[in-house]
Amino acid sequence: MLGVGAYRTRNRPALSEVLPLPIGEMSWALTDHRDQSVRPTDWAGHPVMVFFGFTWCPDVCPTTLSDISLWLEDLGADANRLIVALISVDPERDTPAVLADYVSSFDPRIIGLTGPADEVAKAAADFRVTYRRVDKDGGDYTMDHTAGVFLFHPDGRFASIIDFHEDRRFAVPKIRRTLS
Amino acid sequence: MNHFLLAAALTLSAPAAMACETVAIGDLTVEHAWSKATIGAGRPGVFYVEITNTGSTDDALVGIATPAAGMPMLHETVVQDGIASMPHAMSIPVPASQSVQLSPGGYHGMLMGLTTALKEGDSFPVTLTFEKAGEVTVNVDVLSLRAEGPDCADAGQ
Repeated sequence: MLGVGAYRTRNRPALSEVLPLPIGEMSWALTDHRDQSVRPTDWAGHPVMVFFGFTWCPDVCPTTLSDISLWLEDLGADANRLIVALISVDPERDTPAVLADYVSSFDPRIIGLTGPADEVAKAAADFRVTYRRVDKDGGDYTMDHTAGVFLFHPDGRFASIIDFHEDRRFAVPKIRRTLS
Repeated sequence: MNHFLLAAALTLSAPAAMACETVAIGDLTVEHAWSKATIGAGRPGVFYVEITNTGSTDDALVGIATPAAGMPMLHETVVQDGIASMPHAMSIPVPASQSVQLSPGGYHGMLMGLTTALKEGDSFPVTLTFEKAGEVTVNVDVLSLRAEGPDCADAGQ
């Protein structure tokens, strides 16, 4: 609680550089896997759970999305108001159609978001997320990216992060705290 | 062969049983080999397996090969300062009297250059090369993209 208070007073730039912006102060414009445009203001009044990744990734991303699907199953209808989004850090390959194919394997409440490179960069900056392209032999590439799952309260305030290797038993209570 | 034995033989070759079969080479046992369905053949597949070294000599997994992919490699997912990266692993240690898992979020085989998309219910062979024990081939079950691993108790093992 102290941390959140300090970051909201604007006289602690060090903290505000690390924590994601409140959803309402974000400025990105992306497209979801159904080709609908999505802006941060569309999420007003909803608890939010966001994860950055890319569909090329064979390990971290499907693992995280499997975990998220299990958490949503645990939460049942309580999580129906929760916005759950995967934001692609690889918009070059992740078109809305590719994301549609990908998210269809997981809980139907998970949406995929992509868009022009500069809008993805804007989203990453708003969430304080790092990503970078790593070129491989033969013209292929992969992406390094922040692997945590970000949680926000319905009023848009940042709530917490579920780390990639965090004990999964703590995830559901963390999500539950954003739902009321 | 009577009908009962034929049915038993077919059951053993069914996909659900393959991930649960155990293959041994020297002091090593290899089991629970599985993969995830892919979107098309353009994206890499993944390979997970469990290796147990019951001997008193350290060994190491130094490579994988499969007809399913042109460029299979060993990788490790590393999360440092919250950022996930996937460096190439030259070899994966299999110390004496220990088990090593290639599993989601850690060591894994990355199957680049898939010859065909991996579909749930498919299976394909992967040959593992160990520094000391040599080569062994296992059958790999393709589970759903959402799967967290094979359910071997339900497969009757």
